[in-house]
Amino acid sequence: MSGILNSSIGRKFAMALSALFLMVFLLQHFSINILSVLAPDTFNDVSHFMGTFWVIQYLLQPVLILGVIFHFVMGFVLEIKNNKARTISYAKNNGAANSSWMSRNMIWSGLAILGFMLLHFYDFWVPEINIKFIEGDMSGLIDPNNADSGYRYLEHLQHKFVDGWRVALYVISFVFLALHLLHGFNSAFQSIGANNKYTKGLVGFSKVYAIGIPLGFIFIALYHFFNH
Amino acid sequence: MDLKLKIWRQKNANDKGKMVDYPISNVSPDMSFLEMLDVLNNELIEKGESPVSFDHDCREGICGSCSLYINGEAHGPDRLITSCQLHMRTFKDGETIVIEPWRAKAFPVIKDLVVDRSAFDRIQHAGGFISVNTSGNTIDANTIPIEKADADDAFMAATCIGCGACVASCKNSSAMLFVGAKVSQFALLPQGQVEATDRVLNMVKQMDEEGFGNCTNTGACEVECPKGISLENIARMNREYLSASFKG
Ligand code: HEM
Ligand code: SF4
Ligand code: FES
Repeated sequence: MSGILNSSIGRKFAMALSALFLMVFLLQHFSINILSVLAPDTFNDVSHFMGTFWVIQYLLQPVLILGVIFHFVMGFVLEIKNNKARTISYAKNNGAANSSWMSRNMIWSGLAILGFMLLHFYDFWVPEINIKFIEGDMSGLIDPNNADSGYRYLEHLQHKFVDGWRVALYVISFVFLALHLLHGFNSAFQSIGANNKYTKGLVGFSKVYAIGIPLGFIFIALYHFFNH
Repeated sequence: MDLKLKIWRQKNANDKGKMVDYPISNVSPDMSFLEMLDVLNNELIEKGESPVSFDHDCREGICGSCSLYINGEAHGPDRLITSCQLHMRTFKDGETIVIEPWRAKAFPVIKDLVVDRSAFDRIQHAGGFISVNTSGNTIDANTIPIEKADADDAFMAATCIGCGACVASCKNSSAMLFVGAKVSQFALLPQGQVEATDRVLNMVKQMDEEGFGNCTNTGACEVECPKGISLENIARMNREYLSASFKG
């Protein structure tokens, strides 16, 4: 067991575990976001719960942040190591003949997601932390001094999707997310050694997930853009 | 057929090397790729130039030595064949054909198109074997009943000829298809169980030390492998490795 991260297979295993964790998180994130379209009041209630329940705030959120950091740092480590394994490149290489564009460009789709996450943290996480822990307002209300003002979460979200440029950036990022997942979903299962009689079924499901979830996020972003 | 060849020329391991153009005419479409290179070499020798060095032995897809990266693909554009099994009719008259050696840090070029694949041998030495009594009391392998599906998968894995096309095709120069096949051929059989834990740990360790990259599961190796070794062998190796690591 010692030093498993020092071996190629160990690193890939850890990479896959962090990726599987992120994919579960993404599903949960989507489930809550879609409520902002389907049931806005429930969206506010759930957001308040997520933002104030200590298990989520102080346990799951740090785990998630560490998971994301681990994933992209390991992504960089693998990319650097893999580039070092071929010092002279081919004069002519026909990668498209044997592999998908997505599989050969995980680092680029990943970097696009990383760029998006910086914007996304600036949009939502930083203001949240500011209101709750700097200003000390844990009420979740639009006006903390007025209990009837209602929760602020949906309003905040709608404000963010007024700017067309921001919406465009979100949409493009979700396209890269789809590209990342179109290869990544099955790749993660292969990495943990799960290539078996269920793989065929999984390939079908992975397409639904990899296209469906980002498409859903795109729908939510456009919905709020056109309905404010 | 008339062709324009672009071939990697490199005098020795320390030479920088470069691509050199060689026009060639009157190539028969029925020639194999290596026969075409033989014709070119005859012409070069007649002109007093040094012939192009390339590895070859069996010329029938068995030995795995004909390591040529042809037009951007290991063993050329056809599937499930080695370079010696590639025919010139695959190409069009007047076509430009780029011929390069396998490119991987772990496969350094010795001369022209010849690379040093002894890294594969060292991986095999690290664990690609079983201990059997060969002192005259050898037990016939067939006396041990083996499930048909396992026997088939083991045989399939054992068809790997160690050509290195998987490494050459992989964007990461990963050797996992080769090592996956060499681990699988024993992991599936009762005879392979005695050394199973050490085998996978030692072979993967050697693979990493040789400087091969990490697998990204692009699947390029499986497509370019002349023997059709499948990615399932890599998944099996990963399982074997992870359970061996937890065993300690
Ligand atoms: C934060 C920015 C991200 C970067 C820089 C990044 C980078 C990478 C890279 C380079 C790989 C390929 C590693 C390899 O096998 O060589 C990868 C794999 C993967 N990523 Fe990401 N990624 C990011 C975010 C995400 C997110 C948000 C998700 C899912 C919600 C995700 C899911 C996956 C999956 C499923 C794999 C396949 C894992 C495997 O092959 O075992 N990634 N990532
Ligand atoms: S796995 Fe296939 S491509 Fe790789 S060395 Fe074996 S036969 Fe060659
Ligand atoms: S020369 Fe033996 S496989 Fe091509």
